[in-house]
Amino acid sequence: MEYILKGDTLLIVMDRDLDHHNAAIIKEKIDGFIYSGQAKNVIFDFKQTNFMDSSGIGVVMGRHRLLKPLGGTVKVKNLRSDVERIFLISGLYKIIEKEV
Amino acid sequence: MKKRMYLEIDSISENENFARVTVAAFVSRLNPTLEEIADIKTAVSEAVTNAIVHGYDGKEGIVYITCEIEENEVHITIEDKGIGIENVDKAREPLYTTKPDDERSGMGFVFMEVFMDSLTVESKISEGTIIRMSKKIGE
Repeated sequence: MEYILKGDTLLIVMDRDLDHHNAAIIKEKIDGFIYSGQAKNVIFDFKQTNFMDSSGIGVVMGRHRLLKPLGGTVKVKNLRSDVERIFLISGLYKIIEKEV
Repeated sequence: MKKRMYLEIDSISENENFARVTVAAFVSRLNPTLEEIADIKTAVSEAVTNAIVHGYDGKEGIVYITCEIEENEVHITIEDKGIGIENVDKAREPLYTTKPDDERSGMGFVFMEVFMDSLTVESKISEGTIIRMSKKIGE
């Protein structure tokens, strides 16, 4: 995992797998940036990720719920086909935008 | 001829990856497509995560996984001897979760249903839950 802070936007280059096991670790780390006031926007970069299950949806949605009241945004980018499918089926694109 | 494998794992989250990769490796002899493998991995991951998070509620326990191949069909069961599900119909509804504070999305059963051909859930309070899922490969 790689966390890159540019201004108040945190870019996270996600690992290969996003499941319940690593979700907890990622959430804690991201929320650290948010609660300390360093990050107002979060971008998940899934370029290396080829597995994500419903726990990943929880991670993305959870950050969205946290940042929305603060006027921040959550975006995703570089989704490979397996992760894209999870996003489509879950309806996550109704809420989360793709960064282009 | 039926081919069978059986796996017992501790109910700890680092085993979620191990479980789905092991099932995927077992199924690979049917020459599934990448998409079929992704389907199975996701469904197994959801069921095993449910057993750990809900069945055992984060406590110690054992998750029992069997996988059977019969011609071109895969049958997977994932069983826990945990707390059981009070209302299975409700649990299967999209977005329903008993743990919203843990950011559970309530999509686990939806994915199992979407990615597999069939899914049955058998559960008894204080006794545990058995998930049975099947999928035909190459259809």
